[in-house]
Amino acid sequence: MASMIADLTWLLTLTRSHVIARRYFVVNGFDGALTMLGLLVGFYVSDEVRLPVVINACLGVAIALGMSGVSSAYMSEVAEKRRELRELEKAMVADLGQSAHGRAARLLPVVIACVNGLAPLAISLVILLPLWAAPLLVEPLSLLPLESAFAMALMMIFLLGVYLGRISHTFWLWAGLRTLLIAGATTALIFALSPG
Amino acid sequence: MIHIKRVVLDVLKPHNPNALDFTTAIAEKAPGCRIKLTVTAMDEKTETVIVVIEGEQVQFNVITEVISSLGGSIHSIDEVDVENVPVDTEPA
Repeated sequence: MASMIADLTWLLTLTRSHVIARRYFVVNGFDGALTMLGLLVGFYVSDEVRLPVVINACLGVAIALGMSGVSSAYMSEVAEKRRELRELEKAMVADLGQSAHGRAARLLPVVIACVNGLAPLAISLVILLPLWAAPLLVEPLSLLPLESAFAMALMMIFLLGVYLGRISHTFWLWAGLRTLLIAGATTALIFALSPG
Repeated sequence: MIHIKRVVLDVLKPHNPNALDFTTAIAEKAPGCRIKLTVTAMDEKTETVIVVIEGEQVQFNVITEVISSLGGSIHSIDEVDVENVPVDTEPA
């Protein structure tokens, strides 16, 4: 297992694909978090929505985001990696199927697709935790599951911003606040445009 | 017993892995050997390098396998240094 991870890390570094995987993680993770936030705010402005309905709708969207992430990234990465390998084989005038580049072209689309799909799914599931755990929570959290999940969504969005700040070597707090601002604008737009 | 002491190879390789990673990967599979790499030509996607491998007993097959697995292809063997070591003086 450890050698497999080391091999994948080496292939990711060799093809510079770790940058792509990191970008997919942030982009689709942010997608997942903001989608959950939008759903939660949408349910909040709708009156009298039962908790199981909220959970099922959010779970459905989270799974769909995950599946969409896996399938779209896999298809595009397979095409990209095959094209890169073909071009390299042309330049080398050799078959690179058995080389590290050939293995990378076969394995990395799967890894990148998993990152792209699991990021929004995992982040969405974390945001939904307060909804599932509502019966177990103490008051007042148990009475405010939507608000607790909303707060969790804001925290995940903030953490993604902090991560982006670390990547770009900017001050983590500003980077986190910037993504929070986007979440705030999204929430305000939903409130402003909702007919209820 | 024939021992290969030194081999100079003309290799065409992709830009990645870079010279350091390429040499390190060869060295990992060739314990006791000293590897020197010089880039002699650079293309859009490939580079030509001269790889010098020196050691008490260079395992040439292992070296070619590593180079192939890294996407490189040996264009020519430019220099070799081979020694016929008498069996009774071979290191244990």
